Amino acid sequence: MLEASNLECVRGERRLFAGVSFRLAAGEMLALQGRNGSGKTSLLRMLCGLTPAASGEIRWCGRPIARLGEEFRSALCFLGHQNAIKEELTPLENLLATARLAQEALDEEAALAALELVGLLGREDLACRYLSQGQKRRAALARLVHEKRALWVLDEPYVALDRAAIDLVAGLVGAHLQRGGLAVLTTHQAVAVSAGSVRELTLGDDAASQQRL
Amino acid sequence: MLSLIRAVIGRDLRLAMRRQADIVAATFFFIIVVSLFPLGVGPEPEQLRRMAPGVLWVAALLATMLSLPRLFADDHRDGTLEQLALAPQPLALIVLGKVIAHWLFAGLPLVLLAPVLGIQFDLAEDALAVLTLSLLIGTPALSGIGAIGAALTLGVRGGGVLLSLLVLPLYIPVLIFGAGAVDATVTGLGAQAHLSLLGALALGGVFFAPWPTAAALRVALE
Repeated sequence: MLEASNLECVRGERRLFAGVSFRLAAGEMLALQGRNGSGKTSLLRMLCGLTPAASGEIRWCGRPIARLGEEFRSALCFLGHQNAIKEELTPLENLLATARLAQEALDEEAALAALELVGLLGREDLACRYLSQGQKRRAALARLVHEKRALWVLDEPYVALDRAAIDLVAGLVGAHLQRGGLAVLTTHQAVAVSAGSVRELTLGDDAASQQRL
Repeated sequence: MLSLIRAVIGRDLRLAMRRQADIVAATFFFIIVVSLFPLGVGPEPEQLRRMAPGVLWVAALLATMLSLPRLFADDHRDGTLEQLALAPQPLALIVLGKVIAHWLFAGLPLVLLAPVLGIQFDLAEDALAVLTLSLLIGTPALSGIGAIGAALTLGVRGGGVLLSLLVLPLYIPVLIFGAGAVDATVTGLGAQAHLSLLGALALGGVFFAPWPTAAALRVALE
């Protein structure tokens, strides 16, 4: 389903990685590892089509994602480093607004159920700026509960979360893989996912690939 | 398509309502700038009447500039802009929604205040009506053209000043035809030609600006 061949990432005058290739089939997850600054986030942004690759190609269902455009984006759910929630809005409003912008039908009941699952019930009508860092992350992750799109790209989903929330997110990813979805995520923690097979890719482990141009 | 634009407008208006300080600041800036002129220039009705259209229009341009830098900056900072760029629908449609929302909370208050402020300049009734009408037609163009500048200066340090330098020259046609419409009414020539050109600028500004804006946003996100 998702196929990357010979990806190269250049930031400024520095090559972060080159020759990165992988294939991901339905029900598989790619766990990206690597030290800070090795280009994990850059690779994720490439996979989403936000940043063009210096060289190489990314294919979705056999076709380059640049050419697929809207068709690819409607199969993609990206959760970046930033939470993409509005501080002025409540978790409930954030969840509903995100769903409306994605043109997905999400009624208030389902949204409340999602917030209950991530442990934000009772805080659903409090503006997000009053929430703690971990609670904000939970509010952002709440959209995964009802997310049915095939490819999840998650950048450090476990950051700022407590043990229980990490298990919850791992469970959501596991259920997604079981439905035949795909997931790519970066993490510094080894977290077991209940279902699906996990591939691992470590960026920047050979000094030769990282060099000044 | 329409539901997406509505969703964007709804979200942005709700956000604007949650931080009304921004709207109030820009509106008061407009009121104060316009009110300073009669105090500074002196109370000669003939002179004030001649100055009025230019003063109100320049103040409207500057007040619009105040709210432009935040048009995309907040979404950029908290990551929602990435989500908007990854939405299945064209980014230009989302930008169109944001431009309309910007006009509703930054442009419309100026239009509504203009007739009241025009009285300070001893404008006649028909001139007041044309002034308000010209602002009503012209301010959407300010939001549309301004969006291009806001997207181009996104993430640039000191972007606010650069934004003014970039956008204010592009506002010149709107200023000329907007203020010219009122002048033409006062001198008895009729404002229809000016207003038609202003309408063309507004249509062009609102419906063509989203595409370059979306392209600039994608570059800013790389």
